[in-house]
Amino acid sequence: MKTATREPVATTTPTTPRSHIPWFGNPWRKPRILEAITWVYLAWSVLPVTIAVLFSFNQGRSRSSWQGFSLTWWWEDPYESLFRNPLLRPAIFQSFRLAILTTLIAVPIGTAFAIGLDRWRGRPATAANFSVLMAFVVPEIILGLALFLSFEHLLTFIPLGTVAQVIGLVTWQIAYAVIIVRARLLTIGREYEEAAMDLGASPTKSIRRVLLPLLTPAMFASAAIVFADSIDDFVTVRYLSAASDTEPLSVKIYNAARASPTPAVNAAATFMLISTFTIITLGFIAYRVLTRGQRRESAVKEFVSLEV
Amino acid sequence: MSEPEEGTTTPSRREARRVRRASAKQRGAWYPRWFWPSFATPAIVWQILFFAASFYVILAIAFGTQDFFRNPLPVFQPWWWDFSTFTDQLGRIFGGVYQDVYLRTFGYVLTASLTCLLIGYPIAYFVARYGGRRKGLFLALLIMPFWISYLMRMYAWQSLLERDGYVNDVLTFLQVFQEPFGWLEGHGITVVIGLVYGYMPYLILPLYGQLDRIDQSQLEAGRDLGASPARTFWRVTLPLSKPGILAGLIIITLPMFGDYYTNALLSQSPRTTMIGNLIDLTYVTPGLAAQGASLVLTIVVILIVPMLWYLRYTARAAEAK
Repeated sequence: MKTATREPVATTTPTTPRSHIPWFGNPWRKPRILEAITWVYLAWSVLPVTIAVLFSFNQGRSRSSWQGFSLTWWWEDPYESLFRNPLLRPAIFQSFRLAILTTLIAVPIGTAFAIGLDRWRGRPATAANFSVLMAFVVPEIILGLALFLSFEHLLTFIPLGTVAQVIGLVTWQIAYAVIIVRARLLTIGREYEEAAMDLGASPTKSIRRVLLPLLTPAMFASAAIVFADSIDDFVTVRYLSAASDTEPLSVKIYNAARASPTPAVNAAATFMLISTFTIITLGFIAYRVLTRGQRRESAVKEFVSLEV
Repeated sequence: MSEPEEGTTTPSRREARRVRRASAKQRGAWYPRWFWPSFATPAIVWQILFFAASFYVILAIAFGTQDFFRNPLPVFQPWWWDFSTFTDQLGRIFGGVYQDVYLRTFGYVLTASLTCLLIGYPIAYFVARYGGRRKGLFLALLIMPFWISYLMRMYAWQSLLERDGYVNDVLTFLQVFQEPFGWLEGHGITVVIGLVYGYMPYLILPLYGQLDRIDQSQLEAGRDLGASPARTFWRVTLPLSKPGILAGLIIITLPMFGDYYTNALLSQSPRTTMIGNLIDLTYVTPGLAAQGASLVLTIVVILIVPMLWYLRYTARAAEAK
């Protein structure tokens, strides 16, 4: 009886929000639901990988039930462990070989192209820029197959294997260097170079002594990203591999995962993970140190903008 | 950083630049004509040799002929192109054996990318608007999957989804299933879960970028003019974030159309085959190169419009910075 008369009064008072849950109607409330979704997602995105990493230390053969800690699959097993398996160990070296060569070729070409594109807006440059970005967004399987068929039927003088793999990786990894260096060129502007030339520097000298030092952070950042991405790649590199001895670790993991994987595969994947994280961290630190005191946003934010 | 020289070029500015250029030339500090083009040359040559040429090879093989052993004989002269292999393929796609694969691919990609959007939007929104001081931490956590190989992330799910894996352990414990479910035995739902897990990070970041650029004062204006929070979101935030939504959706659907690895690791069954798997099969099996080239052409046709849109979007975003 009492409640029936009081209820309408409560809802019509102007201070109480319309919603039944008091904090829900408050526009300045804390976004608890959104925050919960975010944290659940972040946990969901990391948890499976963490479990896979842990299972590389499993004692038994299983990848799904825990049988105790051991380093069997890293190096204790004389034949099946990651560092002693006669197939996996050379694959590690192949991974690094491809990543290093790709970085050494893609970053200079990409940097030079970004500078050229920034200063010379000719039609060939625009077309090449379009092609660089296109190679970057086209599904990798398409580029991989196209290059494979090209090396088989048109550019037959290039053998499948390391050379072809590096060419394939460089073709779309150039894009990282181009995007990152161009962004940096836009931030630094042209004043420094013009100042150098006003003071009597020749064009080449102003580039060597002024522009390149200013671009070094961007080159480090793109080198780190290209290196990490090349280690992780398994599509282009698989299509352009000649025989099983030119397959890097990623391709070995792919093949093993489709057959009957042991925790050694987890160890291999973990090894790749550690390599990429190390190189990205180094690149990030180098970027931060080199851009200290210069106009820039927070380094994390800049790294993100490079990514998109 | 705003660059006063670009973007807002008024005639007087252009004039000023020309004067400056002329005076620089007099001082002898101007670059020779070939100077900047020479920087771009290596990349241009590389792209012609390896990108443009390899796509021409795709055309030459798709429209070429085959020898007795079905090895492709590429025809590089367009006037001798023979479209019979290609039209055979089209026949298989429209009403033939591949029709289901194409429809399935569209179905999976659509389901997965919309799921990504539904989950990803609130997250991007939260980090952009309420990230505050923890924004850096959130962003670092959001980019982390970028540096974990896609392969490893799928591989991680593979062992979780086994019959005796942790997913089944949890689900049987919670009585969702009475007995372990064979996730890896060719179920579309597993592939879609894999795609959502795999591509979500690539959607969230561009979306975050767009939402972060929205001026807070515009939202306040909406509220001041009497709109409810929901209405402000619907009428202000959502329209302003539309380019980000579209860019994010495109950036995840492009690789999904070429995805064969999710299927290869989480299903391996012909019941869940996608276009990517058909293409991959032509690489693994000898004698199918012409078919592979034709399939590649069909994907290019499907994806060309979204790809061009995305390239234009990124070019504009770069200019706006």
